[in-house]
Amino acid sequence: MDMTFSPEEDAFRREVRAFVKEALPSTLAAKVRTGKRLDKMDYVTWHKALNARGWLAWHWPAEQSGTGWTPVQKHIFEEECVAACAPRVVPFGLNMLGPVLIKFGSEAQKRHYLPRILSDEDWWCQGYSEPGAGSDLASLKSRAERRGDHYVVNGQKTWTTLGHYADWMFCLVKTDTSVKPQEGISFLLVDMKSPGVTVRPIVTLDGEHEVNEVFLEDVRVPLDNLVGEENKGWTCAKYLLTYERTGIAGVAFAKQSLDHLKQVARDQKKNGRPLAEDPLFAARLAEVEIDLLAMETFNLRTVSAAAAGAAPGPESSMLKIKGTVIRQQITELLRRAVGPHALPFVPEAFEEGYNEPPIGPDYAMPLARQYFNMRKLSIYGGSNEIQRNIIAKQMLRL
Amino acid sequence: MDFGLSEERRILRDTAARFIRDSYDMKTRHALAASAEGFSRDKWREFAELGLVAALLPAEVGGLGGFGEDILVVMEEIGRGLVVEPFLATAVLGGGLIAELGSEAQKAILEEVIAGTRLLAFAQGEAESRYSLSEVRTRAERRGDGWLLNGQKSVVLNGDSADLLVVSARASGAADDEAGLALFLVDAAAPGVTRRGYATVDGGHAAEVGLADVKVGEDALLGEAGQAFPAIERVVGRGLLALCAEALGTMEVCRDMTLDYLRTRKQFGVPIGKFQALQHRMVDLCLEIEQARSAVMFAAGKLEASRPERERALSAAKNLTGRVGRLVAEESIQLHGGIAMTWEYALPHFAKRLTMIDHQLGDADHHLERFIAFSQAR
Repeated sequence: MDMTFSPEEDAFRREVRAFVKEALPSTLAAKVRTGKRLDKMDYVTWHKALNARGWLAWHWPAEQSGTGWTPVQKHIFEEECVAACAPRVVPFGLNMLGPVLIKFGSEAQKRHYLPRILSDEDWWCQGYSEPGAGSDLASLKSRAERRGDHYVVNGQKTWTTLGHYADWMFCLVKTDTSVKPQEGISFLLVDMKSPGVTVRPIVTLDGEHEVNEVFLEDVRVPLDNLVGEENKGWTCAKYLLTYERTGIAGVAFAKQSLDHLKQVARDQKKNGRPLAEDPLFAARLAEVEIDLLAMETFNLRTVSAAAAGAAPGPESSMLKIKGTVIRQQITELLRRAVGPHALPFVPEAFEEGYNEPPIGPDYAMPLARQYFNMRKLSIYGGSNEIQRNIIAKQMLRL
Repeated sequence: MDFGLSEERRILRDTAARFIRDSYDMKTRHALAASAEGFSRDKWREFAELGLVAALLPAEVGGLGGFGEDILVVMEEIGRGLVVEPFLATAVLGGGLIAELGSEAQKAILEEVIAGTRLLAFAQGEAESRYSLSEVRTRAERRGDGWLLNGQKSVVLNGDSADLLVVSARASGAADDEAGLALFLVDAAAPGVTRRGYATVDGGHAAEVGLADVKVGEDALLGEAGQAFPAIERVVGRGLLALCAEALGTMEVCRDMTLDYLRTRKQFGVPIGKFQALQHRMVDLCLEIEQARSAVMFAAGKLEASRPERERALSAAKNLTGRVGRLVAEESIQLHGGIAMTWEYALPHFAKRLTMIDHQLGDADHHLERFIAFSQAR
């Protein structure tokens, strides 16, 4: 048993840290740190910096302009980026569609789409969920009918994250309704500028616009935009869901967030003493810290197993459950840490260039908003209850 | 990075597992627990002959390892077998203190310990000390060329059967000072030593130990008088790791038995494991066991680190093991239902041991406080 990083891995960490320090604009890091709203250009700025270094497609194999990193290197990279308050890499093109195209796409599709993902020429969104198909994804209703050299697509997608910025959407549609739900689904690439595509914002409980509804009315999609075989889209979808799981626990995000919580708890006062010294609060914080310490080792155990060639299994589902719960607990403590100053709701304050003085300490205003926003963690990516079903079936054979 | 076991550790684990499987069924275990000393000296010698006692002690004193991983591997099997022999009292704590502080002459005692022919106990806890290692009221006073010991030790694990007691006493300072502590090797049969042995609720044994004007020579002093605290803390740290590892083995038995029960017990015409209400609880149990195992592995890796790093990791592991242990014990009884309320069924005995581990060397709350203190000290 050896739980230390190798000298090569330590050197890699230093290399990543130096790069991030150099390439990440401090204004952008400050926006992330203080919970300001990020726009498309913020993400593009960071994508371009990573791409210039050849590190944008870190989930792709080396022969496809990826990094070819080991699971441990990916873990280190993610940890360093998050710790430095870099924006996340928008996953839809890079981490989701990219690997699917590399595995199932035609040569022409790879040649055309992959470079455009890297250059940010195409922004992608994900068209999976529908109003009637959430956890039961295979029950989706959007239909694609063949008419000559194209499909005609009708239906409605929802929870489409950053769909308002997207040029393209990869989506699951029904191409055969006469068979079992999973056997009649196809994986299609839809140009968002096509006639018949309408994007409507969904404002979430925190007052923010990040997700959308996408309506598809008689949208013509060339047959060339089918990925893999017709009616085999479920295979692509499942591959995408299990493809890259080293980051699923969100350890790096949780650690960064816990550090923030500790700073806030040192700054906040209770009975004239730092909140961090209040035994009740300190105990709540310490329990989460211990859970996180354990999960970090749990995550490294699966990362190290993946490095040894083990396929990702139901451990990913365990890490998803625990990781999301821990992150939610930290955001809960952050909200509680600032007491009454969690109350003010001033959305303009999250815009760049807002110059009014903050109400309460400057770190307080985003905390309740972030707490509510983070409720999504245990719902998306397969709700935690679905993950429990997966574990019960695959691991426990119940 | 490699979380696997070395070849030597795999052999050690298989040796322990095979012996326990072949000669330590529940009937045998219950009979041993019900015997006068609460275990079998013969069985203890057999464990020793297999090298399982030596594995817990360092090579300098004739052991075979004594590293964090050795403790992890051996004690997990002890937990899996619900073994009642005094691994913690004799090998980890008593043996550990002599290995840590003993003179050459004192270390020679460990030969017999490793052979399984000499039993030790660490007489540390007192009526008012709860889980504190520094709160010691038993007094050690110099008398001529030796010492006079007076005091009362409480819930001394396997103290009723030990041949030799390692007694902590205060040579100077106030009742809760870390400075001023001394350790003495006291023959259990020495004049002035009284012992009241009893069974514990988890199938173990302990004793109340009285020390009334017990005279010991200078050669009984372990290490320097007044300087014992750091060694006590280090050795108790190894004990924490041992208890955590034992808990992991015990948890996994609870998990496997409960899982088996969910697959076979039928109600409403189906195995009860088909019910989602039970499936999700079972999943949480499995998940938390992986969490506990991860914290314990982390602590094993920190056993040789600096004091705050080491103690913080050990307290994290004991805290999480305590929390998860309680969950596993309570949930495995609940998921079984009525059958787990019977003495005859094996599961509740594992659940009881798991629960009582939280009462040894500091419970979840005690170690949460310690984790906070050592986190700040880093």
